[in-house]
Amino acid sequence: MEIILEAKNISKSFPGVLAVENVSLTLGKGEILALIGENGAGKSTLIQVLGGVQKMDSGQIILEGQPVVFASSNQAIRAGISVIFQELSLVDGLSIAENIFANRQPVGVLDNIDWRRLYQQTQELLEKFNLDLNPKSLVKSLTMGQKQILEILKAISINSKVLILDEPTSALTEGETKYLFKNIRMLREQGMSFIYITHKLSEVFQIADRIMVMRDGKKIGTNPVEKVSENDLISMMVGRNIENLYGARKNAFSESETILSVEGLNRRNVFEEVSFKLRKGEILGFAGLIGAGRTEVGRSVVGIDPKDSGRINLDNKEVRINNPKDAIIHKIAYLTENRKVDGLFEGMALCDNIIAPLLENFTSAIGFLDSNQINQYADRRIGEFDITTTSIIKKVMYLSGGNQQKVLVAMWMGIQPRVIIFDDPTRGVDVGSKAEIYQILRDSAARGTGIIMISSELPELIGVCDRILVFYHGRIMGEVLRQDFSEESIMALAAGIVNAKRSQSTSSARQQ
Amino acid sequence: MLKDQKLIKVLKFLFGMREMALVLVLLVIGVIMTTISPVFLSPLNLRAILMALSVEAPITVGMVILLVSGGLDLSVGSTLAFTGVVTAMALNAGLPATVSILIGLLAALGVGLVNGLLVAKVGINPFITTLGMMTTVRGLLLVLAGGRAVLNLPRSFTVIGQGKLFGVQYPIYVMLFVVIVGDVLMRNSRFFRQNYYIGSNEKAARLTGINVDLVKIFDFCLVAFLSGVAGLLITARFGSASLTVGSGLELKVITAAIIGGASLSGGEGSVFGAFLGALLIAILANALNLMGVDVFWQTLVTGLILITAVVIDVVNERRKRGQK
Repeated sequence: MEIILEAKNISKSFPGVLAVENVSLTLGKGEILALIGENGAGKSTLIQVLGGVQKMDSGQIILEGQPVVFASSNQAIRAGISVIFQELSLVDGLSIAENIFANRQPVGVLDNIDWRRLYQQTQELLEKFNLDLNPKSLVKSLTMGQKQILEILKAISINSKVLILDEPTSALTEGETKYLFKNIRMLREQGMSFIYITHKLSEVFQIADRIMVMRDGKKIGTNPVEKVSENDLISMMVGRNIENLYGARKNAFSESETILSVEGLNRRNVFEEVSFKLRKGEILGFAGLIGAGRTEVGRSVVGIDPKDSGRINLDNKEVRINNPKDAIIHKIAYLTENRKVDGLFEGMALCDNIIAPLLENFTSAIGFLDSNQINQYADRRIGEFDITTTSIIKKVMYLSGGNQQKVLVAMWMGIQPRVIIFDDPTRGVDVGSKAEIYQILRDSAARGTGIIMISSELPELIGVCDRILVFYHGRIMGEVLRQDFSEESIMALAAGIVNAKRSQSTSSARQQ
Repeated sequence: MLKDQKLIKVLKFLFGMREMALVLVLLVIGVIMTTISPVFLSPLNLRAILMALSVEAPITVGMVILLVSGGLDLSVGSTLAFTGVVTAMALNAGLPATVSILIGLLAALGVGLVNGLLVAKVGINPFITTLGMMTTVRGLLLVLAGGRAVLNLPRSFTVIGQGKLFGVQYPIYVMLFVVIVGDVLMRNSRFFRQNYYIGSNEKAARLTGINVDLVKIFDFCLVAFLSGVAGLLITARFGSASLTVGSGLELKVITAAIIGGASLSGGEGSVFGAFLGALLIAILANALNLMGVDVFWQTLVTGLILITAVVIDVVNERRKRGQK
């Protein structure tokens, strides 16, 4: 295969850390190289060097046989290497055309934008890649998957030869991911080369030709995808053997004791007639596509979003939950799917975060907070949940994704929940922390807590849950018991295919 | 050895704090001024500086609390004048001083409540809401007073602005009280600490059970109340309710809070820092005065301090990120 990009002995250090140490890689034309590793392994720094965002300390980059040096990301882009970062660079309020040709719009003599030519060029580009989109549509009307494709198109329209994708699917649904992959494969056939960074190992096997693993700034190895297993990759990433990522089942839940039951929950245009029971010590999965209602039901149960009708029973007694405070009083914890948006206080100290739902517990008679008590408590929790930090007053924004997620867990375990609703528990979390979070959930279930785990990642649901409810268009489409767990059975229900196996307990909920 | 390291750590922490940096700057200015001008440290001059501060400082306290929660109030200057006019009109209508003061403060609280409800319940951006209220309230007081200052206020009222205890005017005590109580509350009180959570991440604050709307409405009422207090003091001091007093005050107060470490994006700031920010502006103005520098320079210097403070913040933050 023709080599398009070669990096030789790249090193890059920041004050106090050697972020990338003597790493080399080659990328063939029309090849997809997956780059995996835990947070802090040096993946981001490496691609920043390749994309001209960071200057390397030593090493060499060879593009199409020519040594190149990039002083800025602009130079890298002009040479043909584009990095598409997790934070999309699209402007929501502008059209598809203006986004793709941002700052490069065809102009007339007076520097006036030639709209006709702009839309026409965009149309040609969209047609070339078989995309059924209108160049005039606003970007905000697109799905996350379409936005990712748009970013890629934007890079292609600048004549990129190498595209570096940084966790492109972290906010995508299963369907959007498929759509993205289909397009990436098509581009590969046309000779485009990709470096694909991800945390999701299952994706690597679907999309990559070769897999490179990094750990602690070093390259651990590169293997063709056929030659490695998921467990091999995990061991390479973590540097030790992780026997079972999802932890050992304890079967702690009792068949009889229902802790939470929801009856006939409705919210107009969002979900309908949702009923389910959660048993003590059970880990119940909510599967389904994004927008199918799984997250929305969770948010209505804890009173973040309103509900139009329905009963919520805790220990067989009806409880009224109209706002998050009520849920906390009833010891129901909701851990949000996006910790940055509505989970953590990133600009605040670690200890302030850990006590956030418990302020009352640390308040004296005159309304003052007891800082000694808070510090002791925070110290204890940091140890208990193995949060890596230099001090308890460190701002949460400076912690790694895995540690941030553990802060969120520590924060909510503090209310001593009887029910935990955990939405997307391992988004943007490294494998090591993933295993720890699953273990925390299992231990908590073993103590009798009922847990609802909402997730898009089927391997995670199948690996951790005792039972899975699948949502489709705002309804519970079906229930899958453990002995019937398979990606196919769940996906079929999530896609609305009804002939999949269902159980008696939920079929009543589907009747009109 | 270990002890030294700990000491260095503590010192680093202290000097990393905005308050310490401001205290140092103030000390340096103080030392320089004392050597240049014998008048600077005289009780008369110090009292003059504090009197000048006594109008802004209480409002700055309310403003920094609001800024921490991610809010902002541009209507404080109008509220100040409004309170003065309402109180003065009540006095001239023959009501006793205590009742008139109460009415004035209720008027101020009314403005705060409207601001708070519009922001928290209707969901209008604080900048827009209070920009509108700034003009509305100023217009309202012009209409009420018929375009004329309210004069000839009774001694029973003016005493609160002119009276002295141990040779120091009452407004200075009020200011110190508000600053000290405000600082203690913002550091220690559970209720007031909620502002940091709201300013840092409002959505997350809601999910952790904080009553975000209540705190926001409270903050707007508090800053309006403190503006009312300042309005009473200044009206009492001059013995008349001016219609134009407090114009431009909102920006002065926000400037002081930001020099003191607050951020327009919320989540940061302290009452003591904001007070030091206001003090720095007042002392520099006084120093320039004493040195006989033209008054126009004061505006220029205030602007430069604000920009310097913000630049230092940005550079610090960038350095910290780099360390990560």
